[in-house]
Amino acid sequence: MTRKQRRLYFVLLGLLALGAAATLVLTAISDSLVYFYTPSDLVAKPQPEGRRMRIGGLVQDHSVIRDGKSVTFVVTDLVQSLPVTYAGILPDLFREGQGVVVEGKMGPDGRFLAAEVLAKHDEKYMPKDVADALKKSGQWKEPKAN
Amino acid sequence: MHRYANPARFLRLAKAILPYSSGLAVLLLGSGLWFALVGSPADYQQGDSMRIMYVHVPSAWMGMVCYVAMAIFSAMALIWKHPLADLLARATAPVGAAFTLLCLVTGSLWGKPMWGTWWVWDARLTSMLILLFLYLGYMALIDAFDDPERGSKAGAILALVGAVNIPVIKFSVDWWNTLHQPASVVKMGGPAIDPSMLLPLLLMAFGFKAYWVTVLLLRGRAEIAAQKIRVLRLAQVHASSQGE
Amino acid sequence: MESLHALFAMGGYAGYVWPAYGISVVVLTAVLAISLRQVRRREAELEQLQGARRGRRNGAAGAGS
Repeated sequence: MTRKQRRLYFVLLGLLALGAAATLVLTAISDSLVYFYTPSDLVAKPQPEGRRMRIGGLVQDHSVIRDGKSVTFVVTDLVQSLPVTYAGILPDLFREGQGVVVEGKMGPDGRFLAAEVLAKHDEKYMPKDVADALKKSGQWKEPKAN
Repeated sequence: MHRYANPARFLRLAKAILPYSSGLAVLLLGSGLWFALVGSPADYQQGDSMRIMYVHVPSAWMGMVCYVAMAIFSAMALIWKHPLADLLARATAPVGAAFTLLCLVTGSLWGKPMWGTWWVWDARLTSMLILLFLYLGYMALIDAFDDPERGSKAGAILALVGAVNIPVIKFSVDWWNTLHQPASVVKMGGPAIDPSMLLPLLLMAFGFKAYWVTVLLLRGRAEIAAQKIRVLRLAQVHASSQGE
Repeated sequence: MESLHALFAMGGYAGYVWPAYGISVVVLTAVLAISLRQVRRREAELEQLQGARRGRRNGAAGAGS
């Protein structure tokens, strides 16, 4: 084996070991790499009242009620849903049927008290007339939760 | 003398390619900018703010493409001691860092109106920030040694180790819940983007590539000149010390 | 005129879209300018060094004959 070959195998082996180590570490800390939980996660693993967390899902249709400064709506992952109360500025993309991530904590009455609301958008980009045409022809696909 | 055979070939190649790559960059970026700002429709959800995508996404791609190139050049330099590979790795780093910085800044400018925040620590954004630090670390490391050869070696090892981050960036949106949306163009089942918006995106993306090739050739030339200057100065010192 | 106005307004997102394009132009132009200056400066220095060497060698050859 020449020195060049030895160096080649050394680099390849090093990369392989590194990749394996990275995979293991990332899998182990996967829970903390997740930016938000879904309402279903919350049902499966209830969190103590007052713990700060982020919940993501879709804003349920016809659930947004504005009452003066505060707004209430329901976040759903189409399996479980969570009622949310929020007082503050909503991002431009916030609307019913749209993805959203709320940060805050559970209130005593089972409502989620959001301190911050972030809108999430999907990976689809199209002009308005195309979107309208798709909706009209019934080929529109509703967004999935998260 | 064979050590100089390759750089000489590179200089000839650079001279031949430069007019084409720079002309292509001007052409693609010019038409791309027109389509991005004027000749394409606004998004049905995001309105005109979505036009930021036409610089944000190509910057992100180039930030990763430059890093992959840098890692491959580094591996070639480590394994085959190819003198040109080391020069090209050095020449790529600042360009990749610039693209990564642009990706982060334009993403922030897009995130504020749409998401409602300049920055979040989700997996995609964080791994992209790590990419910027890898570039900066590489650039600091190669200049940290008195002996440029040792600097190159340390830098090459860092570049290879950091390559782990590239698949993490690409797949972070699929592996973990992130605020950042999944891929639109490079995904299974074809792009989820209207053709009228794909055109400016691709024009800008190829324009950025042509720009990278242009700057890489220029910086490669500068690195070769710097190396020859070093050799000549050493010979000078050597000659004068022998003369006495 | 009307359309030009609309272009600058960017549907209300002018404060985000134009800075994004502005900084892209500035950063890419700066990287290109720095690279160009570096090439010019180093190749000029190399030329000078090589010229001095040639000159010395020629001078030495001339003195020897």
